[in-house]
Amino acid sequence: MWAYAGRRILYAVPIAIGVTVICFGLVFLAPGDPMVNLLPPDASPADAAYLRKLYGFDQPVPIQYAKWLLRAVTGDLGTSLQTGRPVISEVGRALSNTIVISLGAVLLAFSLAFVLGTLAGYYAGRPADRALTAVSVVGVSVPNYWLGMVLIIVFSVQLGLLPATGMGSAGSDTFSLFNWEQVKYAILPVITLSMVPLGIIMRNTRAAIAEVLANDFVQTLRAKGLPETMVLRHAVRNAFPQVLAVMGLQFGYLVGGSILIETIFTWPGTGFLLSKAILTRDIPVLQGAILVLAMCFVATNLAVDLLQTAIDPRIRRT
Amino acid sequence: MAFRLNPIGFRDFRLGTDELGRDMLSRLIWGGRMSLLMGLVPVLVATAIGGTLGVVAGFVGGKLNMLIMRTMDIFYAFPSVLLAIAISGMMGGGMYSGLIALSMVFVPPLCRIAETATTQVRHLDFVEAARASGASSGSIILHHVVGNVLAPVLIYASSLISVSVLLSAGLSFLGLGVEPPTPDWGLMLSTLRQAIYVQPLVCALPGAAIFITSLSFNLVSDGLRHAMDVRI
Repeated sequence: MWAYAGRRILYAVPIAIGVTVICFGLVFLAPGDPMVNLLPPDASPADAAYLRKLYGFDQPVPIQYAKWLLRAVTGDLGTSLQTGRPVISEVGRALSNTIVISLGAVLLAFSLAFVLGTLAGYYAGRPADRALTAVSVVGVSVPNYWLGMVLIIVFSVQLGLLPATGMGSAGSDTFSLFNWEQVKYAILPVITLSMVPLGIIMRNTRAAIAEVLANDFVQTLRAKGLPETMVLRHAVRNAFPQVLAVMGLQFGYLVGGSILIETIFTWPGTGFLLSKAILTRDIPVLQGAILVLAMCFVATNLAVDLLQTAIDPRIRRT
Repeated sequence: MAFRLNPIGFRDFRLGTDELGRDMLSRLIWGGRMSLLMGLVPVLVATAIGGTLGVVAGFVGGKLNMLIMRTMDIFYAFPSVLLAIAISGMMGGGMYSGLIALSMVFVPPLCRIAETATTQVRHLDFVEAARASGASSGSIILHHVVGNVLAPVLIYASSLISVSVLLSAGLSFLGLGVEPPTPDWGLMLSTLRQAIYVQPLVCALPGAAIFITSLSFNLVSDGLRHAMDVRI
C-alpha cells in the first residue's frame, strides 16, 4: 500500500512540472507584446527596453521559465501589474473565498445526489428511476451561468429574499456558517454551483449501486433472508469509494472552474480574479492563479486516488 | 433602453426584443448557427486528433505510448473550464481561438479512451492471427482495431458535444467569443444581464436555448450509449 502511495506521489511530480511549463507557456500564446498594457502609447524605445529588462522579458524563454519557477517554489509569484500587490496574497484570498462556495456546493450536491442516486439505482429500470435520471440529465445539461441568472431573477428580483451579488462586507476570514448576514450571500452561488456536480454524482451513484446490486453476493444475502434495507446498506458501503472519488474530483473541478458563476454573482473568488486578469492582461496574476489552481487540482486528484485505494484495495492503477 | 426593451408577445415581436430593440426570435435562430458550430467543430476536430493519437499510442505501445499518455495527463491536470478560458483568453478571444481552445480541451479524454480501447483489442487473439497471416499493421488497424474503438469513442464524443455547447456559450458570456453585433447565445445572455430587473423573462431566453440544445445532445448521447453498449 505504501509502495503504491510512494509511486503515485512520485508520478505526480513530473505531472506538476509539466503543469508549470504549460502555465508559464500560456503567456506566449498571446499575440503582441506583453509590455503593451504597461507602457503609455508615447513611450520611447528606451523606456520599453528598460521596462523589458526590469521584468526580465528580454531573456531567452527557458531562462525566464527557470527563474519564474525558482521564485514560485519559494512562494514569490511576482507582483500584480494592476494593483501592485503580491500575487500570492491576492490568489490566497481569492482561493479561500472560492473554497467557501465550492465546498458548500460539493457537500450539498453530494448529500442530495447520493440519496437520489441510490434510489435510482435501487429502482433501476422502473418509472422512479426514469424520473430521477431525468433530474440528473437536467443537472448535467443546464448552463450553470444561466441557472444563476434565473435564480437571481426569482429570488432577488421578484421575491427580494436574497441578495443578487457580492459577498457582503465581510471577507472569508470571518466567514461563519451561523451568521445569516454573511451566509445569505453564499446561498444562491452554492445552489447554482451544485447543479452540475449533482447531475454527475447522481449518474455515477446510480451506475455504481446498480452494478453492486447485480452481484451474486446480493442474491445470497436476499436468499438468506436479509431485509431489503440491510441489503441496501451493503450496496451503499460497496459503492461508496467510487462515489467519494467522483465527489473529490468535482470539488477540484469546481475550485478551478467556478469562473462563470463568480462573474455572475460577483463573488470575489479565483474565477473572478482570473477573468479580471484576462481582461487587463495582468500576466503575473494569470500565471500565478492558474498555477495555484492547477496545483490544487493535481493535489486533489492525488488525494482522491490514494483515498480510494486505501478504502478499496481492489482499485489499483499503475 | 427601457423603451427599446420589449416583453414577450409585444406586437409582432413574438419573443420580445433585446436591449437595442432587435427581435429576440431571429437573434436566437441566428445565434443557434454559432452555437451549433462551436459545439460540433471542436468535438469533431478533437475526435480526429485524439482518436488518432490514442490508437497510435495503444497500437505501438512502449515508449511512444508513455510519451503520448503522459503529455495527455499533464493537460488532464487542468479543469476544462479553466484551460479553455486560459487558452482562449490568452489568444485574445474571438471565434477561432475559442474553437482551438475547446479542441485542445477535448483531445486528452478522447485520446485516453481510444488508447484504452486499442490496448484492450491489441492483445486479443484475432489480432495475432491476422498478423500471423501476414496482414500489415495498417490493415490490422483499419479492419480490426478501429471497429472496436469506434463505439466508446463515439459515445463519449457525443456527450462532449453538449459540454462543448455549454463551454462555448460560457466563453462568449465572458466576452471571449464572437464580437458583437454577431448574435451568439452566450453574448446575448451577458448583455441582457443588465436588463434583469426590467424584463426578466426576455433575459432568460438565450439561456433556455442553450439549455435545450445541450439537453438534446445529452439525450442523443444517452440513447447512443444504450444502443451500442449492451451492458448498461
